[in-house]
Amino acid sequence: MSAGDDGTGFDAGRRHWLGGTVACAAMLSAALAEGASPDPSRMPPQKGDVLVFPPEQNAGRAITASDLVAGAAPLLAYPRDPSSGALRARSRLNQILLLKLDPAKLDRIAARHALDGVLAFSGVCTHAACGVSSWKAETSRLVCPCHGSEFDPAAHATATAGPAPRALPILPLALQGEHFIVAGAFTGKVGVKKP
Amino acid sequence: MSKRLMYPLLPLGLLLGTVTFAHAGEQAPTSRKNKAYPAVTDARLAAPEARNWLMYRGTYDSWGYSGLTGINTGNVQALKPLWTYSTGMTEAHQAPPIVNEGHLFITTPHNHVLALDARTGALNWRYSRELPEDLMQMHPTNRGVALHGDKVYLATADAFLVALDAATGEVVWEQQVEDYLNGYYMTLAPLAAEGLILVGVSGGEFGIRGFIQAFEATTGKPVWKTYTVPGPGEPGNDSWPGDSWKRGGAPAWVTGSYDAKEKISYWGTGNAGPWIGATRPGDNLYATSVLALDIHTGKIRAHHQYHWNDSWDWDEVAAPVLVDRQQGGQVRKTLVHAGRDGYLWTLERKPDALGFIEATPYVKQNVYSAIDPTSGRPSYVETRIPKVGERVEYCPSLWGGKDWPPVAYSPQTGYLYIPANENLCGAVKGSPVEYRAGEMYMGVNIEDIEVRPTPEAKDHIGELQAWDLNSGKRVWTNTFASHNWGPVLATAGGLVFSGGTNDRQFRAFDAKTGKLLWQQGTNSGVVGVPVSYEVEGRQYIAVQSGWGVDAERKQHFLNQHLGTAVQVPQGGVLWVFGLPE
Repeated sequence: MSAGDDGTGFDAGRRHWLGGTVACAAMLSAALAEGASPDPSRMPPQKGDVLVFPPEQNAGRAITASDLVAGAAPLLAYPRDPSSGALRARSRLNQILLLKLDPAKLDRIAARHALDGVLAFSGVCTHAACGVSSWKAETSRLVCPCHGSEFDPAAHATATAGPAPRALPILPLALQGEHFIVAGAFTGKVGVKKP
Repeated sequence: MSKRLMYPLLPLGLLLGTVTFAHAGEQAPTSRKNKAYPAVTDARLAAPEARNWLMYRGTYDSWGYSGLTGINTGNVQALKPLWTYSTGMTEAHQAPPIVNEGHLFITTPHNHVLALDARTGALNWRYSRELPEDLMQMHPTNRGVALHGDKVYLATADAFLVALDAATGEVVWEQQVEDYLNGYYMTLAPLAAEGLILVGVSGGEFGIRGFIQAFEATTGKPVWKTYTVPGPGEPGNDSWPGDSWKRGGAPAWVTGSYDAKEKISYWGTGNAGPWIGATRPGDNLYATSVLALDIHTGKIRAHHQYHWNDSWDWDEVAAPVLVDRQQGGQVRKTLVHAGRDGYLWTLERKPDALGFIEATPYVKQNVYSAIDPTSGRPSYVETRIPKVGERVEYCPSLWGGKDWPPVAYSPQTGYLYIPANENLCGAVKGSPVEYRAGEMYMGVNIEDIEVRPTPEAKDHIGELQAWDLNSGKRVWTNTFASHNWGPVLATAGGLVFSGGTNDRQFRAFDAKTGKLLWQQGTNSGVVGVPVSYEVEGRQYIAVQSGWGVDAERKQHFLNQHLGTAVQVPQGGVLWVFGLPE
């Protein structure tokens, strides 16, 4: 399947993907009951988590390599705990951008984390924590719609324009069968560093 | 609230007399309370002493005017920095220092509140809000505190109203206003009046339904809530198609004014959402309007919509200025608003109506073809209305003739001082958009927003204009090569203070003639609201310098178009000026 016509939310080069019901689910009380065990749906991605579509896209199934087309807009993904089935979508910080690039064009850092050109980045801008939800096809840049920060995914999502002070962190991946699983923690702080 | 026992104890290193030691029940270790902090009553708010600056614009009528005369046209050349205070924060420092008898309060981006000795700059306390890690901030700024009783009120980026003990900075109560995960946030200084604290919400780019809400000052208990977008069955709901009212925007992100005699509060409202009007055919009440609200009930007593079915992102949120004019032996109560649409509007305030008097462009505007002389309703040039899938140019740009920075009015000169931007047009192309709770719902991709300087921009963009409200004529204009984001202060010393330009200057002008009398380079660009106050007989001028948010964004666009590489350094500093002793 190609990204753009299969309900991934992108179309015609640059559009915003969908994830409304996920965000809606996150509207429930932001506060965890004191003393309760951590809510798995709010935990950061854990090693072994499976990357899946948001629930309203492709019924939230696990993403496979065949869902990704080199050079196409990224897919929005969330981590899912394989044992409990919990979708970790109740934190905006768990928005993940999964995309495939030409392996020959990757810089050293991106190449080290890529699986046949496939990379996963945080989808939360490092400037003001907006969702990095636009894709500029002509220059292959991830774009934040709030303040216009741009990130070059081939250069490990280095900030190339706008106010973002640093790259989008990488989420290390591994392949388990045909699914992408989380191989480790984000390589840097997700979102905004505390001022 | 915990029961507090008060004991006289040690001074806090302040010079403000006896200090007391409070202790909250048995659990809290200790807290300190300064007995010298004088309560801010409703009576004081209605008629503040000239030596204090008790609210966002100094007084309820939003004049931004100080009655102090110690610093004046004759001696302002000797004005010098007395002390500064670094906030340690970046982004836009837009808040005025709020001053009550030597106690000075500023806010910063990311919701810090600093309480300083207004004479020495010594820090009394600092409150730092712990904001949620996944909070997005499209506009990382805060426009100041409100004072009431013995408390300081902060409206937060995660949509809470927080009451702090003015003497200690301890949280007395906090109240959730809305859920930030639904796109709501707050940046305005609350308004304190009649024992209530009023706030309005931001989020016009995130599919919110705007509202203004009042809370009991003492307890934080909600008292009333008035949506700026009417629901089914309410007048004006039929100006929205289908259920578009649910996400209609119309935020209220700048503090309103208040007529304490009539008990009516006036609030400006922002853009309807999404940006492109064709996606929500109708007038879209009460977006881009001014609302007259009963202070006790929140009931909408009157409204005036400056422009219907907004497609230009012209938020009309800036605080309306309330001026009583003498006309033929009669007092005419007016409301004056320098619109983001580039028109200077004058309305008549009646108990249950806002009558149109006049509207005059103060910058070049090519969208309105006519304004109805009775109703004030504009007609539009069809080719200047942005549409989905079509790039449309219009003047002024989406940041308007003037954005949020407040004007000032001097009763001494009868002039209104407008920080304007001229010679800037823009273009916008709309895109289809689907609603996702809490995420951007603008319907315009950022790369489809343009700011286009006209050829005349080579001469200047920024202006500080003075308008004689009696004659309705512009009397002087100062121009600046830079765009202008400077809030204005007028004083009884015959002066007007303002910064706002990318050269980091803060300036004083002769209020009558516009002549530049003094300027001081600062650390950053001055987008803070300047104020004046007096302690122990000495007058001070105070302002925060700290560039960011829209000023920075617009600079980026201008650099692209003009081929410049202007970078304004960030980092907030409070500057306090005075005359040599």
